[in-house]
Amino acid sequence: MASALINVPAKAKRGDIIEIKTLMSHIMETGYRHMASGELVPRDIITSFTCRFNGSEIFRTDLFPAIAANPFITFFTTATESGKFEFEWIGDRGFSETASASITVE
Amino acid sequence: MRFARAIAVALLVANPAFAAEIPPADRRSGYDFMKPDSRAMQDEDTANPGMLWVLDGEGLWKRKAGTANKACADCHDEARASMMGVAARYPAFDKAAGRPIDLEQRINSCRTNQQQATPLPFESRELLALTAFVARQSQGARIETGADPQLTPFIERGRELYMQRQGQLNLGCTNCHDDNWDKKLAGSAITQGHPTGYPLYRLEWQSLGSLQRRLRACITGIRAQPYDYGAPELVELELYLMSRARGMAMEAPAVRP
Amino acid sequence: MQQPPNSSRRQFLGLAGGAAVLGIIPIVTVRPAEATPAMLASAIQTVTGGAAVRTGKVKLEIPPLVENGNTVPMTVSVNHPMAPEDHVRSIHVFNEKNPQANIANFHLGPHNGRAQVSTRIRLADSQKIVAIAKLSDGTFWSASVDVVVTLAACTEDVI
Repeated sequence: MASALINVPAKAKRGDIIEIKTLMSHIMETGYRHMASGELVPRDIITSFTCRFNGSEIFRTDLFPAIAANPFITFFTTATESGKFEFEWIGDRGFSETASASITVE
Repeated sequence: MRFARAIAVALLVANPAFAAEIPPADRRSGYDFMKPDSRAMQDEDTANPGMLWVLDGEGLWKRKAGTANKACADCHDEARASMMGVAARYPAFDKAAGRPIDLEQRINSCRTNQQQATPLPFESRELLALTAFVARQSQGARIETGADPQLTPFIERGRELYMQRQGQLNLGCTNCHDDNWDKKLAGSAITQGHPTGYPLYRLEWQSLGSLQRRLRACITGIRAQPYDYGAPELVELELYLMSRARGMAMEAPAVRP
Repeated sequence: MQQPPNSSRRQFLGLAGGAAVLGIIPIVTVRPAEATPAMLASAIQTVTGGAAVRTGKVKLEIPPLVENGNTVPMTVSVNHPMAPEDHVRSIHVFNEKNPQANIANFHLGPHNGRAQVSTRIRLADSQKIVAIAKLSDGTFWSASVDVVVTLAACTEDVI
């Protein structure tokens, strides 16, 4: 049951620099832990997080095992026009999740 | 070693007969013992990883289950109204069982009896999500657990379990959480042990977990054999801890180190 | 103190089996190989290609004594305009003692308005964290912070 929490202001004035906060549920298994039997627990992490606004990429993160479980990533963007943010998380084992949020810019 | 010395002090000073219960005015949530960065994680819903489980729970609340093909929502409607204040008075007395049960057990009892579905395993993602969702509906509510007179003998039993010394380190919960709170144990703050935020996201677990998980971890920590999940002793301990926190505000799902 | 009647404590060894029933992997705490200062230098080299790295402009905010090494809040910001002709291209964060030197890379553009990113990281031990910003003019700027990480007071067992 993957789920994401996104915090995007619903409205902004043109030219405002707004903060976007994202939280995605994922175990981020490092690949460095061992079972009691000695077996290595294989790596299972989100490797990439991308944000697009009205189709154009505005922010991207490469994630490594050092990012804590349930990755929390925040960044800033300038409000230029109304539209839709699309968020995409891609990771090991074919992990792929998306979320979106709209904004009205006056 | 600082650790050994701190424990030695606790053993010398603490004695169940003199264990001072914390005066109501001095009671502080575990939130107060955290550093600002950790508190910031709990303060905002979109920064609080525990809310991911609440989100899942919201979906499960509406999902039909079992041979009765019923969802929680079918009987309980909107959780915001029907579940308000519920977690704040758990563990509660269950007439059928003749003893207290905690929120997880209540959810499973509903699953078994009303939905005719298999009970959810303890600490499973689904049970944690539902518990978190229900507990969240009591946010800000004052804890009322233990007001029911039928619970009195079980609260007393829980108090005995809280006071008794156990394990290789021969410690009782009271030795740290009544007598030495606000001191440090190997760098970590010793809190008063009030379960105002359960189920909570523990940074050490990197996951949401129940009060029973935390109690088992503590009991393991003092090198005693922990009770099984669902054991009456754990429920009695939960009951005692919640009634000891009566009047404090619920803050589930909390974040703790 | 007497063992209370109707006690439901089971054998300690049975716990591992019980945990398996719950579907939880019993993990043992094994200290994995550490990164070395050489690995850190090499990871930085991969980003900078050997170009000079100046100290400044970058601010790395991490609590000096972390509450728990599993989840450490971190904010990295670069004091530099974000104009189309002059902006921060990317920020790369590294560590010294985790098994791997990389923590994250953040790719930015003028649209961001402010070069500031927050996330939560894992730190295996007390160590140095380094953040390197690459500007649109090809120059590199860095900052580093020393962080103290202590283990949790009571080692937990499997669930």
